[in-house]
Formats: sequence, structure tokens, C-alpha cells
Amino acid sequence: MKNFLKKLVGMQFFIPIAALLLLALFNLIADPSFFRITLGQNSNGDPVLSGYLITILDYGSELAILAIGMTLVTAATGGQDISVGAGIAIAGSVILKMLCGSNTRPTELQMPIMLAFFIAVLVSIAFSCFNGVLVAYFNIQPMVATLILFTAGRSIAAWINNNELPIISSECSRSFSYFGNFIPGIPIPTPVFIVAITIVIIMLLLKFTTLKLYTQSVGINPKSSRLNGLNPELIKITAFAILGVCVAISGLIKVSRLSTINYSVIAKDIEMDAILAVALGGNALSGGKFSTWGSILGAYVIQFLTTTLYKLNVSSDALPAYKAVVIIILVVASSATVREKVGRFFKELSSGNASAPGAGKGGVKA
Amino acid sequence: MREGAVLEMRGICKFFPGVRALENVDFTLCKGEIHALMGENGAGKSTLIKVLTGVYPMDGGEIFLEGDTRAAVIRSPQDAQKVGISTVYQEITLCPNLSVAENMYIGRDSVKGVNWKKMNEDADKILQSLDIPAKGSRQLGSCSIAVQQMVAIARAVDMDCKVLILDEPTSSLDEQEVAKLFGLMRDLKKKGVGIIFVTHFLDQVYEVCDKITVLRDGKLVGEYVIEDLPRVQLVSKMLGKDLDDMSDIKSESKPYDGNKDETVLECRGLCSNAGIKPFDFHINKGEVNGFTGLLGSGRSECVRAIFGADKVIGGKVMMNGKEVKITKPIQAMNCGIAYLPEDRKNDGIVADLSVKENILLALQVMKGFFKPLTTAQANEFTEQYIKLLDIKTASANTPIKALSGGNQQKCILARWLLTHPQYLILDEPTRGIDVGTKIDIQKLVLKLASEGTSITFISSETDEMLRTCSRLVVMRDRKVVGELSGDDLNQNMIMNTIAGGDK
Repeated sequence: MKNFLKKLVGMQFFIPIAALLLLALFNLIADPSFFRITLGQNSNGDPVLSGYLITILDYGSELAILAIGMTLVTAATGGQDISVGAGIAIAGSVILKMLCGSNTRPTELQMPIMLAFFIAVLVSIAFSCFNGVLVAYFNIQPMVATLILFTAGRSIAAWINNNELPIISSECSRSFSYFGNFIPGIPIPTPVFIVAITIVIIMLLLKFTTLKLYTQSVGINPKSSRLNGLNPELIKITAFAILGVCVAISGLIKVSRLSTINYSVIAKDIEMDAILAVALGGNALSGGKFSTWGSILGAYVIQFLTTTLYKLNVSSDALPAYKAVVIIILVVASSATVREKVGRFFKELSSGNASAPGAGKGGVKA
Repeated sequence: MREGAVLEMRGICKFFPGVRALENVDFTLCKGEIHALMGENGAGKSTLIKVLTGVYPMDGGEIFLEGDTRAAVIRSPQDAQKVGISTVYQEITLCPNLSVAENMYIGRDSVKGVNWKKMNEDADKILQSLDIPAKGSRQLGSCSIAVQQMVAIARAVDMDCKVLILDEPTSSLDEQEVAKLFGLMRDLKKKGVGIIFVTHFLDQVYEVCDKITVLRDGKLVGEYVIEDLPRVQLVSKMLGKDLDDMSDIKSESKPYDGNKDETVLECRGLCSNAGIKPFDFHINKGEVNGFTGLLGSGRSECVRAIFGADKVIGGKVMMNGKEVKITKPIQAMNCGIAYLPEDRKNDGIVADLSVKENILLALQVMKGFFKPLTTAQANEFTEQYIKLLDIKTASANTPIKALSGGNQQKCILARWLLTHPQYLILDEPTRGIDVGTKIDIQKLVLKLASEGTSITFISSETDEMLRTCSRLVVMRDRKVVGELSGDDLNQNMIMNTIAGGDK
């Protein structure tokens, strides 16, 4: 039993799963109705599921998608991209510009939504590669390199639409709102499906290519990787490009939710949550080995926390402070120092049970 | 405590997951003696030292220091420093981005840290007294590895230690530097410092040491006075079996019996940005040759140029008679060239990845991004090479950094053998490796050659090269100055050619 506990604590997913369970337990005691899911109808008369759990799944989507890309960038470069929030503003702005053209209140879309999204993906990849080149070829710290777009990105987003706020009304296009809300007849929010598709694609990519090995290898030892025939620069830029795709997907969900954009507020501070998701998932922010599942779990832990706090009627101004307290606890608990201490504690427990000096060794194997 | 002892370790035990690293080991160090700690890789030498210096907590046993009847409590390297135990590790553990002087005074409770000028002056004084060619204000990373090592020793010496531990200090030093270090060790010995000396160079043990303690598989084999333990016996004690005659492995193995005149690789006027003069070189099928010369003479730079590891700025390379363009390692790999680098820690292993991933890395890169090995293939290849090279690891999924140096090297060797190269370059494959593994690697080299692989073997130990190579390229000052083969292959001729004497 103690060995089992010890193994459990040593697992990478222990912290995010434990945090999820604790949050769930807290809500269960505070108000069991937190877990109630009801099937209702929205204003259009379509069936929709509602409840706090659905909210978490729905609103955690952007973060979960970003966390995937952020994990790869972190692993390959040992640094983080802080321009993803600004990147979402750019991607969203591009989508609206493409759909609306010069008219900010269009009566019909200028091109298919998928084509507009595809262009946003390309633009997003271009900006991400700009970050990647600065990091890979000029050896600039990722946070510093991405600080450029962090600062300039929202202005660029505003400039794309001449600082106007295009609105796609439901009269113009109903289907545009599907990506961030519901598809008529399907009671589950669309972003949940988008996350699922993204996860499937990334998992296939990790399974059927050597992306994981290359990324980890470059993140741990770029010199040795080069001598093994890898091109570390290319791999770092690839990681950024994948993050670029994730940013564009998140951008689509965001503008679809709003049907419009607010350049200075859209996806504000989401970069910090994305980085936190990576860390909570048990990934080293210094790069190297990584687990995308960990980061995805981390993202939903953060969203779970946010939703719980909203439910407790914490005002949105005070929210970050409450969040910070919980996050300090989580991050400290997942730190190597605490893990080692806890591990040693369990080891002592198990060796106290058996008299043989080899008990510690046997314990690890079991 | 034994009379005259400065340090006594009793019944030391240390367990790692799946491995008993130390089991009931005793060790005694007397005042003013140089005590060699010997054993194969993974015998527990480094572990014993890390326990002594507080890097690892011990799982059993006691440590006593001179003048104290109670067991000493050493929980961290700082504790060890406080009680007078200083260490210079095998791999340099200083900070390359700090200056030499800062490195010498960092982490010591000293007011010198505040006064930069005085700190630099003090450092210069010590460096001068030890004849170390470095200045206190220079950035450590810009010094050669040898000088960095000596700075580490200077740091330890300056801390008025009672016990000085030198863990493989000579593995990156050339002969003159080694002589200087030995002078220094003898001085310290006269002052009553007890020195623990860990090395794989048997010659050096017999040159400076007074006593030898031998470990094997984490257990104590015995403590011997140096005069009572002839070399052959020492080796057999380390291996736990009688040694095959080392000098004769060349005549044992049969040479390659195919067409020996077939040139596999030829370069003309090859030159890289690492500062070597353009050189010509060729190697035939099934041939073993070597580059020799003093440390820094350009041996490694030559092979790095062939592999495309440094930027090639001139010259032609021909592979099997056809001209090829090699500017990147991947191009060399696709031509069938493999390169085991000199600096295992920085250029060889990918520390956090598993043994399996490390072994498969090069093959996987050659196969390409869209063709990952299947799990079954990966496991099969890994198991095969772990068995073939007798790699000692708890499992194939153990991180490679948990292995001893020799076993890490075997993994890197496995990585390249798995690509089935036509031409294998081994740059210092036996550095910091125990005698048993050294012989294994030498034998493997000759076996591969007999099967038709061409091999370039570089080693700081001349006798090792004489045992394996049939032709030696001699280098001096980043230039090829001669080539020796046949009867000219002997220690004297090499020395003469290196020194530039008349033939």
C-alpha cells in the first residue's frame, strides 16, 4: 500500500489529478449542485447541455489547445512564448478581416469560413516562425524574443482592421457562431470537439513521426543532437510553427464566441495560464522531456479553479488573487524539492516496516 | 581510529533503485599519503566519493574524521568543505561563465568575494605558485579543459583541506600537465594532506600512490601497500578474474582478408574553421588507423572536419572514389560515416533520455522524421546491443545519466554500430573508462575491422593506439607532420615525430 502511494506520488500526473480531485471534493461539499448537468434549450430552441462541468470543458478549450503547443516550444527551447495572447488577437483579426472585407457590418461573408481560418493559420505560423527564428538562429531567450510580439501584437491586430471592430451578426452568418458555441441539434459545445480533434491530431503526429524524440533530444542537448544528424534550429522553429497553428485554432474559437473582437482584451493573460498549464502538468520549464497529456490536464485544472471561484461569486477583479494562492500551493507541491521530501518520507515508512536493509530497493521495484 | 588516520569510513552502504552501489565498504586514509581508489566502472568509486562529500546521503555506515570520536555528519558538499574535505571531480563542475577567480572563491564564506581587485590578485598568486597558465580575471569557459581542471584543483588546494579528493583529474591533461599535477600532489603530501586519487591510468597509480584500495561491484576487495601489489595482480583484483594478455590482442585477431587496397574515404586539402591546416588523409577497407599528437594538436579537429561537425571551409572528400559533399553531420551519416565524439557529456549523451532512446537516436535520425521505429524493432535493437556490448543498466528505460561513464560510452558506441557504418571514427572512446571495458572496446575495434569496417581510433594513450592501429597520422600544432606504419610504429618514433626530431 505504501509502495503504491509512493509510486503514485512519483507519477507525473499526480499533481494535476490530485488537484482536480481536491477541487471536485471541495465543490461537492460546498454545493453538490456544481456537478448537475441539465439538458435545456437555448434561445434558438436547440437542445444544449448546461452546468458547471460543461462550462469548464467549454471554456478550458482555448487554454488546452494552447498548452499543447506551449509544451512543444518549452521542450525544444527551454523557454516559453509569451506572445500567444497577442497572437490570438492577430489570428482573430485576420479571420474577421477575411470574412468581412472592407465592410464592418457585412450582410454576407466574403469567403468560406474555413478558407478564412486557413489564412489565419498561415499568418499565425508566419508570426510564430518569426519568434522561432529569433530563438533558434539568434539564440535570444524565448521570453525576450516573444516579448516583441507580446508588445506589438495587439496593435498589429487592430491595424489589420483599421482599428475598427467588425461584427458578424447572426443574420449575416449563423454558422460562424457554431465554432465557439453549439451546432444546432448537438447539445455538446463545439469547442470540446475542436479540442478533441486537436488532441487526436497531435497524438497521431507524436505516434507516427519522431517529433517527440527529436524535440526532447534538442531540448536536452542541442550539441549532441546536431552530431547525431539533427538540425536543432529547424526543430525549434517547427515547435513554434505548431504553436502557431494552436494559436490560430484558439483565435477562431474566441472570435466565434464573441462574433466580434476586442483587441486589447481578447485572450488577455492567457499566455501565463498556458505556461502554468505546462508546469502543472509536471513538465520542466527548462525543456527536455515532456508530456502533452500533463499539460492538457493542467489546463483543465486552471479552468476548474477559475470556474469554481466564479461560482463562489468572487468578483472578477479579485479573482487573480485567489487564483494565485491556489497556484502557489500547486506549484510548490509539484516542485522537485517537495517531491523528493515526500518520496523520502514514504521510503522511510516502508523501510521501517521491514528489517532488511534491502527493503528500500525492493520497495522501488515493487 | 587507526593511528595517523585523517579519515575513516566504516560499513558504508548506498542503494539506488535496482542497484546496490555500495555494500559495507570500509576505507581509511592516513595523514600525508596518496591513496588510490581503484575499480572498474560501476564498482562504486564515484559513489563512495559522493557519499563522503555529502552529494548522496548514505544508507548505512559511519564516517570518522581526525580528532573526533563521534561520527561526522556530512549532509552536503558545504558540510564536507567545512570539515576539510575538498573535491575535484572527473567532470568539471565549475561555472564556465564566471571568471577564474570567481570560480575559486565562489561558495566559500570569505570576505574576499567583496573586494574584486584583491580577489583577482589572490587568485593570480595561487595560480602562479602552482604554475597554472591562467589569469584570475579571465572567463573560465575561455580556458582549455586542462586549465579548467587545474583551476578546480587550485580551488581545492586553497581551501586548506585535510582530505583532497581527485576524481579522474588527469583524464583531460597532457603529460606535462600531469607531471605538474603530480609535483603538486607530492608537495601537498609533505604538508600532511591525505589525498584520495581516483584514476584509470595504472601507470599514474604506480607513479605517485602509496596505497591502493580496490572496489568491485560495490564491495571492498582489499587495501594494499603499493609495493605488495604488482600491476597484473591489481588488474585481476579489479576484474575479479585473470587478465588476458593485454599486449597481444592485435596478433590474436585476424586482419581483414578482403581487398585491402580499396580506399573507402579520401580527403584532399580538407580544412575547417576550427583552425587546422589543410590536410590529406585516406583510409582503406578494414583498416584501423589513428591520429596522434599532443592535446590540442588538432587530432579531434581533423576527424570533426571529416564528419562535418565543424564548418568545413575547403578541400575535397571522396567516398569509395566518388566525390561527396559533407557540410553537416547528417550528410556524413548518410555516406556511412559514424563519429563517437571526444566530449561524452556535452557532445555524446542526451542525459535525460533513456538508454534505449540514446542508442536508437542516430539510426532514427537517418531513417527520417516520418518513419519512427516500431516499438518491437526498438526493443529488439536495444536488447541486442545491450547484450552485445554488455551494457550494465537496470533497464533499457533507465535515463542514461544514471549509468557509469563506461556504460554511457558503450551506449554511444552501440548508437553508432546500429547504423552499420562503413567508416567509424572513435575519438577518445576509452577516456575515463576502466581497464576491462578498455580491452573490450579495443577488441571490438579489431573485430569490426576484420569484418571490413574502416576505423579511425584516437587515444591519448599511445600504447593503446599501438595495440590497435596499423597506421598513425602524427600531428603537431594543428598540422599533419608525419605518418607512421609497419616497423616505424613504436613509442620512440612517435615521440620523435611529435617532437619534430630527426628520423
